[in-house]
Parts: sequence; structure tokens; C-alpha cells
Amino acid sequence: MEWFLANSAEVFSLAGQHLVLAILPMIFGVIIAVPLAQLGRQNRGLRSVVLTGSSLLYTIPSLALFIILPTILGTRILDPVNVVVALTIYAVALLVRAALDAFDSVDEDLRQSAVAMGFKPFARFMQIDLPLSLPVLFAGLRVVSVSNISLVSVAALLGIGNLGMLFTSGLQRDFVTEVVVGIIAILILALLMDSILVLLERLLTPWTRAAAASGAGTDAGTGQAKPGTAAAALRLSRPEAGGGTA
Amino acid sequence: MSNVVTDTIAWLTDPANWSGSAGIPVRLAEHLLYTGLVMVIAMAIAIPIGLFVGHTGRGRVAIVALAGALRALPTLGLLTLFVLLAGIGLMPPIWALVILTVPPLLAGTYAGISSVDRNVVDAARAMGMTEMQVLFRAEFPNALPVMYGGFRTGVLQVIATVSVVAYINLGGLGRYLFDGLVLSDFPQMLGGSLLIAGLAITVDLVLALIQRLFLSRGASSQPNRSQQAAVDLTDPALAETVVQGGTS
Repeated sequence: MEWFLANSAEVFSLAGQHLVLAILPMIFGVIIAVPLAQLGRQNRGLRSVVLTGSSLLYTIPSLALFIILPTILGTRILDPVNVVVALTIYAVALLVRAALDAFDSVDEDLRQSAVAMGFKPFARFMQIDLPLSLPVLFAGLRVVSVSNISLVSVAALLGIGNLGMLFTSGLQRDFVTEVVVGIIAILILALLMDSILVLLERLLTPWTRAAAASGAGTDAGTGQAKPGTAAAALRLSRPEAGGGTA
Repeated sequence: MSNVVTDTIAWLTDPANWSGSAGIPVRLAEHLLYTGLVMVIAMAIAIPIGLFVGHTGRGRVAIVALAGALRALPTLGLLTLFVLLAGIGLMPPIWALVILTVPPLLAGTYAGISSVDRNVVDAARAMGMTEMQVLFRAEFPNALPVMYGGFRTGVLQVIATVSVVAYINLGGLGRYLFDGLVLSDFPQMLGGSLLIAGLAITVDLVLALIQRLFLSRGASSQPNRSQQAAVDLTDPALAETVVQGGTS
């Protein structure tokens, strides 16, 4: 505790670097994975290429990827860009799978109704498919967030600044406190990120709470601009939630 | 850049790197040995607990919470902590790895058992099977594809993490990365990284092949759903989704 108080400025600055290295790949991951999954759904060949490719990339251990990437990207080995790119690759691999499953779970009748109501493909994707896929996407994002925050610390072995530095310097100096502070700080970061994601999901998917609170089907017309989406979500949220285990 | 590539190829094909106690075959054997050791211990812990929880449903919430919390533990932090507290040697890092490997195995075992069709379980019980028989002759065989998915995830995670172990004076292919880092010998680092990546991909393909040869028959005679689950669980995201789905 004393050590932490004496060095809190340094710990916070490392935590800041840690967060940046963990969050950027999540954002890039979503931006790349969602369109990729949508394209994969429309094209069977592409779908299997995307799935095979992403699971192959996912098997490459992070430490190895941190070292292989500079050769491909032409960056220096200490460049944080390597970490961001490596973690983005993992995030895409995980999220593409989650997004494909999420899009597949959207009711075909619903999609047809949207077309009948005059939705153009892009509007339909943005207003029907994407919102209904959010719960599954967020489940994927939460896994990415936790694993990113843990993986970033591995980059400290190569000398890239983040909370993992507390581990390497703690080991070199035979100083347990520093390592413990590092572990606790990383756990707090992971918990913080997870809470933010849960909160964000709640804000973006209000209908799932309506379904849980009042049972399916009671408030179909919530007076929103897109009643179709809300009502459909009410129907869909249930099978989706228990889909994996039933 | 091409310079680095040719140097790395030169490093990988240099006969001197393929013999002796620091040679690639020895490092590879060490890597696989650590991985095997961790997997044996972790399975001995995770499978009985997973079977118990999956069969009785008791302690489900605790397992899901524990698996989630352990997933957030930084590998490197745990490794350094164990080494500082227990000293250099083979076992401290091995125990740290075991702690990190138990959650996916436990989640896979539990999810596998609880994904078995309730009708199958009830039918087995109605036929007069004892609880042990229900578990080992009805639930276990049906859960095997999903459990295997958890096993596959676990093995790959351990192979990846064992590369980090070299940082604390153990062997394995990770040695090349850290030796190379100290000497600023980038071809050695890149060569080691390529070996690790190649090992991970090869092992994953072998495990997939085993799954196809020995497990698909049972799974394909199943209703579609459980086969789907077996495929999904090979990556941690959906394993987690499934496990989380169980709590809601």
C-alpha cells in the first residue's frame, strides 16, 4: 500500500497506456468484424474462408504475433502499433463468429416483414439485424475485453509500456508488492471495462429489460419510431438468451 | 526487410540450431512436456468438478463466477507472483498455468453435461440406471464433443502461455524469443515466434483431426443442436456465451 501511494502516479500512467492498448483493438475489431460477418452471411464461400481464417489466426500465441507483426508491418519491435494490430486480429476472430451467429439468429419472417415494409437493405441491416444482434455481440465483446486486458500485459516482456511492466520489474527486483499491485490494477481495469460494457448494452437494448420485467408481449407498441424492432425484439430476446443451453 | 527474412530462414535452417541441449528439437520437447504436464493436472482437477456440477446442478453460479474472474487474471502477473513466492523451479510456473487452464476445462465439462438433452437423462433414469450410470453411460458420452471443445481451447491456451514461461528461466520454444531479445538478435526471435505459431497451428489441426475421426460419429447421430454446440465451444467466446446463458 505504501509502495502504491508512493508510486501511484506511475501506476496510473501505466494503467492509462494499458487501457488504450486494450480498448483500441476492441473498437477496430467491431468496425472490421461486423461488416465482414454481414458479407459472410450473404456469401457461403466467403463465410467459410472468414471462419477458417479467423480461427487459424486465433491459434497463434500473442507473444509470437507481437514479434512476427513488425516484419510484416515494417514497424519497430517496440512499437505499440504491433500490440494494437495483434489484439485487433484476435478481436476480429472472436467477434466475426459471434456476429455471424447473432445475425443467423434473427428471425427470417422479421426480415421479410421489414422488406415488405419498404426497408432498403442497408436500413434493414442498421435498424433490424444489427440491433437484434447486440446481445450476442456484447457477449463476444465482453470476452474480448477481458482477454485483451490480460494479453496486453504480455507485451511488457518486449518492453512496451503498460501495467505488465510492474510484473517484469517486480520480478527483476524480487519485489512481490509491485507484482501484487499490478495484478490488482489489471483486475480492477477488467472489472471496470466489463461494467461499462454491461451498462452500454443496457442502454442500447432497452427492450430486453422490458421483456424481462413485464413478460413477452405486453408492451408491443412502446411508441418508438421503430415499433417493429421493439416488438420483434420482445419475441426474439427469449430464445436467444437461452439458446445455448436448452 | 528481406534481410530479416533471409536471416531468419538462415537461422531456422542452420544445423547448429537443430542439435544440442538448446536445439530446436529439445526446446520443442520441453514445450510439449510442460503443456502435457499442465493439461494432466488441470484435467484431474477440472473434469471431476465439472462432472459433479453438471450432473447435480449444484454450485453452478459459483463455477461461472469463478471461471469469469480467473479469466481476468493476467497470466504474466500470476507467473511472476508464483515465482517470487515459491522460487525458481519447474513447479511454480506449472501451478500458475494450471490455475489459468482449469476455468476453460471446467466450463467445457459443465456446459457439455448440462447441454445433454434432458429427455435422454430422464430416459436413462427411467430405465433403472443408477446415478453413476446415468452420468457415465448417458450424460458423459453425449457431452464428449462439447467437453472436447473445452479441452482443445485449453491446450492451445497452454501452448501459448508456455512461451511466456521461458522468461523465468525455464526452457521451451519461448527461450529463443527472450535470448534473442537480450542479444538484439531479431532473426532468432522471429524464428522462435514462427516455430511457436507453427506448433500451435499444427496441434490445433491434429486435435481437429482427432475430433473428426473419433468424435463426429456420436455427435452426428445426435440432434443437430448438440453438434452445433460442439463446434461453437471450440472458441472461448461462445463457450462463455453458453455458460452465461445457463445462468440467465
